[in-house]
Amino acid sequence: MIALAVAVSCPIWAIVVPLVGAALTMLWPRRATFVGAAATLTTLAVVTALTARIAQTGVQRYAVGGWGAPLGIDLYADGLSAILLAITAAVAAGVSLYGLRYFRAVSVLAYFWTLWLFVWAALNALFLSGDIFNLYVTLELVGLSAVALVALAGGGAALTGALRYLLVSLVGSASYLLGVALLYGQYAVLDIASLGAQVQPDTVTWVAMAAMFAGLMLKTALFPLHFWLPAAHGAAPAPVSAVLSGLVVKASFYILVRLWLQLFPIAVPAPGQLLGALGAAAILWGSIQALRQERLKMLLAYSTVAQIGYLFLVFPLADTVAAQTAWLGVLMFIASHALAKSALFLCAGNILRYYGHDRVHKLGGAARGEPVTFFALGLAGVSLIGLPPSGGFIAKWLLIEAAMASGQWWWVLVMVTGAFLAATYVFRVLGDGLISGTVSARRQVVAPGMAGAALLLALGATVLGFLAVPMDELRQIGWPLVAVRGGQP
Amino acid sequence: MNPFLGYALSGVLLIGIGLYGAIVYGHLLRKIIALNVMSGGIFLVFIALARRAPGVADPVPHAMVITGIVVAVCASAVALVLSVRVAVETGQAALPGDHEDRA
Repeated sequence: MIALAVAVSCPIWAIVVPLVGAALTMLWPRRATFVGAAATLTTLAVVTALTARIAQTGVQRYAVGGWGAPLGIDLYADGLSAILLAITAAVAAGVSLYGLRYFRAVSVLAYFWTLWLFVWAALNALFLSGDIFNLYVTLELVGLSAVALVALAGGGAALTGALRYLLVSLVGSASYLLGVALLYGQYAVLDIASLGAQVQPDTVTWVAMAAMFAGLMLKTALFPLHFWLPAAHGAAPAPVSAVLSGLVVKASFYILVRLWLQLFPIAVPAPGQLLGALGAAAILWGSIQALRQERLKMLLAYSTVAQIGYLFLVFPLADTVAAQTAWLGVLMFIASHALAKSALFLCAGNILRYYGHDRVHKLGGAARGEPVTFFALGLAGVSLIGLPPSGGFIAKWLLIEAAMASGQWWWVLVMVTGAFLAATYVFRVLGDGLISGTVSARRQVVAPGMAGAALLLALGATVLGFLAVPMDELRQIGWPLVAVRGGQP
Repeated sequence: MNPFLGYALSGVLLIGIGLYGAIVYGHLLRKIIALNVMSGGIFLVFIALARRAPGVADPVPHAMVITGIVVAVCASAVALVLSVRVAVETGQAALPGDHEDRA
């Protein structure tokens, strides 16, 4: 039994299982739902085993095919990887449950499971990558399968959204790849840990870092490079939007965090302040655009633009006395936004199914017609705004605390303004739903599984508020900052 | 001047041309070609930097370039398929807001 647990917790299974599942759904499209559900459950078990193993025995390293670090590809899993793997698994459970009932046409259904399992496998591979080139490959895998998922909706809007997303994503990863080329030319290693030990603050390194950061900022849709996001996330099928907004944008942000923590040669305030300023602009611009949207899915897509801004507020705080608080805050933010935003997109899908439209000002009677969905919408909205006791509240609290402790009060101002704007657009949706309005004739029943999936994710975002301590313990396993920068409190 | 630096600088020039084309041109085929020029430039930078000792080439960048070519081919294929679908659905081979720039 113990031997089995050890074998199952090997990092490679977190990639192989969803990949095999994807291949099987392609070979056996008529049984795609069954195979997809089985692959989801197996992957959940494997990721749970891996996370538990990291929590118990620390950092995991696995040489794929028995080839060692300089020549072969090493999988590397520390606490940071474990947190991202766990968040992905949690959102994946909700999305898979939703996917069981959402798609009707058999052909689309089979494609959904294949591509979705590909995205999951690629995300897991990305979080387990230990070298900068493997990160590039996994980044492309995530991008290509995500683009195909957007195009699944069919029709002009989804196709142009998908194509714009693909072109932007290719420019972003090309820029990242240029940085990889320059870093390899300078240091002749790709392994992040070895690179971190050698890296020097010279011109080539700074140019490489700038290229990598620019590419990843484009892929994370940081203002003003967010222009592609609303069209892609707004036009995709609901479970796909949930995956894109909840997980895919976090993948490129995760690489940014890794680069910042392990490769930045010295602590310099200027890039951090610039990233923070762009994040602040994203919060304000995205929230105002969200307020102006007529359609619920577009509102949520612009809300993602705003929430991505919060993630970047960690960089000006990362080299101060409050660094540890800020990092925990941002990880909490990633988790709570992933759960809350995917729940909201699933709710939007239910509303779209129920009413046949998702116009924000015509949602009267939603609370009575679709009570479970509406409750999930409210619960996830609470986390998005950052009201207690949700995960979003703890995340914003930690970030505000870090900003105060490091004497950078202006970020607090931005965060509080962002929360007020978020409250305004969330209540704009909720307010109309509570009024008993006339519901148009085109009502359709939403399957209980679809409402349940949204509710599960929204509950997850709420429960997360009580999980800050275990998350911090997991985070500290193999946390790179202490080793590289001589340790800050 | 070191000839390898010349190759690296040509690579950077190609990246600039590709990026310019991808942003400025509206026609989807032109955008896709521009992106391929850009990745060609990056591969050239990789190869130019592959020299560790005089007369000895480092094989690792070559392996990375081969992987990069595979990725670029797949990405171009997806982009082409999507472009055809976009042209069929919308009647023009350009993204909304762009022109097909028939020049």
